[in-house]
Amino acid sequence: MFNYLKFIRTRNFPHIWCPGCGDGIILKALIRAIDGLDISRDEAVMVSGIGCSSRTPGYVDINTLHTTHGRALPFATGVKHASPDLNVIVVTGDGDATAIGGNHYIHAARRNINLTVLLYNNYIYGMTGGQCSPTTPRGDRASTAPYGNIEPPFNTAGLAISAGASFVARADVYNVKRCEKMIRQALEKDGFSLVEILTPCPTAYGRRNRMANPVKLMEWLRDNTVPVQKWEKLSPEEREGKVRVGVLADTEKPEFTAEYRKLIERVQGE
Amino acid sequence: MKKTIMGNHAVSYGVRASEAKVISAYPITPQTHVVELLSEMCANGEIDAKFIKVESEHSAMAACVGASAAGSRAFTATSSQGLLLMTEMLHWAVGSRLPIVLANINRAIGPPWSIWTDQNDSLSMRDVGWVQIYCESNQETQDTIPQAFKIAEQLQLPVMLVLDAFFLSHTYEIVDILEAEEVRDFLPPYKPEIKLDVNEPHSFGNLASPDYYMELRYMIEEAMGEARELIKKTGKEFGERFGREYGLVHPYRCDDAETILVCSGTVASTVRAVIDQMREEGIKIGSLKMRVFRPFPFEEVREILGSAKKVAVLDRNISFGGHGIFFQEVKSALYGFTDIPVVGYILGLGGRDVTPEVLREVADKAINDKNPETYINWIGVKK
Repeated sequence: MFNYLKFIRTRNFPHIWCPGCGDGIILKALIRAIDGLDISRDEAVMVSGIGCSSRTPGYVDINTLHTTHGRALPFATGVKHASPDLNVIVVTGDGDATAIGGNHYIHAARRNINLTVLLYNNYIYGMTGGQCSPTTPRGDRASTAPYGNIEPPFNTAGLAISAGASFVARADVYNVKRCEKMIRQALEKDGFSLVEILTPCPTAYGRRNRMANPVKLMEWLRDNTVPVQKWEKLSPEEREGKVRVGVLADTEKPEFTAEYRKLIERVQGE
Repeated sequence: MKKTIMGNHAVSYGVRASEAKVISAYPITPQTHVVELLSEMCANGEIDAKFIKVESEHSAMAACVGASAAGSRAFTATSSQGLLLMTEMLHWAVGSRLPIVLANINRAIGPPWSIWTDQNDSLSMRDVGWVQIYCESNQETQDTIPQAFKIAEQLQLPVMLVLDAFFLSHTYEIVDILEAEEVRDFLPPYKPEIKLDVNEPHSFGNLASPDYYMELRYMIEEAMGEARELIKKTGKEFGERFGREYGLVHPYRCDDAETILVCSGTVASTVRAVIDQMREEGIKIGSLKMRVFRPFPFEEVREILGSAKKVAVLDRNISFGGHGIFFQEVKSALYGFTDIPVVGYILGLGGRDVTPEVLREVADKAINDKNPETYINWIGVKK
């Protein structure tokens, strides 16, 4: 049995996440990934913004920075730039990263700075009670879209790839082994690494969308996520309504802090 | 019709009665119920308005600026960090003289994170140029929205309503609900003199050289000056039509009071209960509730406090390195008019409860402390 306690601030328990929420599953997968790579607690920094996802650092006993809504990436950029040796992990959500912090999201990816970003996508603003977010699917209900959402959602992983991230993966909390593996790969990658993690919100999203039962949301993840290898074999019709999971992009690109160091060496001499 | 509703929904009903045309908002605790109900009303036709779900508070105010410049009655609501993020656009609304109404739910600023009430968010916007009205009850909140639009549209100045987080935003009270039909005479549809119009083009936000900038600032201050009488007149007219009158300040048992407690927001109700209790004991004490903070009601403050022997100002806020903010303003208003002692008390920050016991402690201190050591007296701080 894995001992989570060495990474957990038990004094902050009980946690704020609702029954049926997937955020705790991500927390445990992340701890296992950190431990598996032998990253010490002193070498790791976790930075978050605002929302249910962003409460994660409150429970993890490493260096943590719980910042303002949407701004985790600029804070993390400052940390990484000041101390490039630190493993900087950013924990954010769909609202935090792609709405109020959308500009930082694309620019951090463009710069390809070596951050590991876990984007918990629950399709809703959970903490404030279920408002429509930039990933709420079209037609779904939210407290600010009581008769259905008319706006198309972002493809958050696609956005990071287009912006220039060197590693982009999508995982979900039902397939937890894969989730842990994706986080581990992201931590190992030298460059901007995003893992979008689909996580259920029965309270704010499920209740309004005929999936109040957390088990149903988990079953949805089980039945509708398709690994990339299998995805390639599906016809466009078969892909309808399904979500591709796994590594979506893994490329070698110049990393920002290394490039910066090279520039200084070139201009100032070694 | 009377309904039992939460403070946040009192805002929503006030906006419905005012027939706002564009509502733009971003979620933040403890404000979100305001715009959730409005989004429902927009969708089901209870209000003929458009609801815009934006990606941040900065964008929420920017969308209100755009809608107002295009000639629509625009509204948004926010709180704390959201208000701070809006700051640039709050200045924009004032500088371009757009009569937007905003409801801010007073919430403490982080870090450390807090979702509970204090006034540092709205008071950090004191110099921006928005009229600021602090509400005490759900009824007052609802009633103040149409007054706010009326004042804003006559002065071409934006108006901010301020409500205490949870103590007001989430508290249920009986409210006599205003209907749009009965408010329409009091608040006719918005017809701006200048708007973005393809047939008669105008410009908002242009460059002003040093030859003109100062004059435009002078005109904002002039409008703020006019706001005092207009707020009183509007509150009186509202009273004549709906039976509930509102002013710049609300004095309570001040006529023969030797000590007066100056307060704002929901604390005002608790203060009145403590005053009643102390009056029964024969203590000559009264209270002055500051309903309007900007423009500051200098005359009323001088007149009412001038006859007291001692003034105690209760601040649910702190200007670091200065004093409580209401204290600073009251003291400067009294300068040159009276030399009675004015003492400041800081209390209830980050949502700490201000109970009758706490207020009794402040009142006793104010009366008995002959030579308070400082103008900044912290109440209930654990040391």
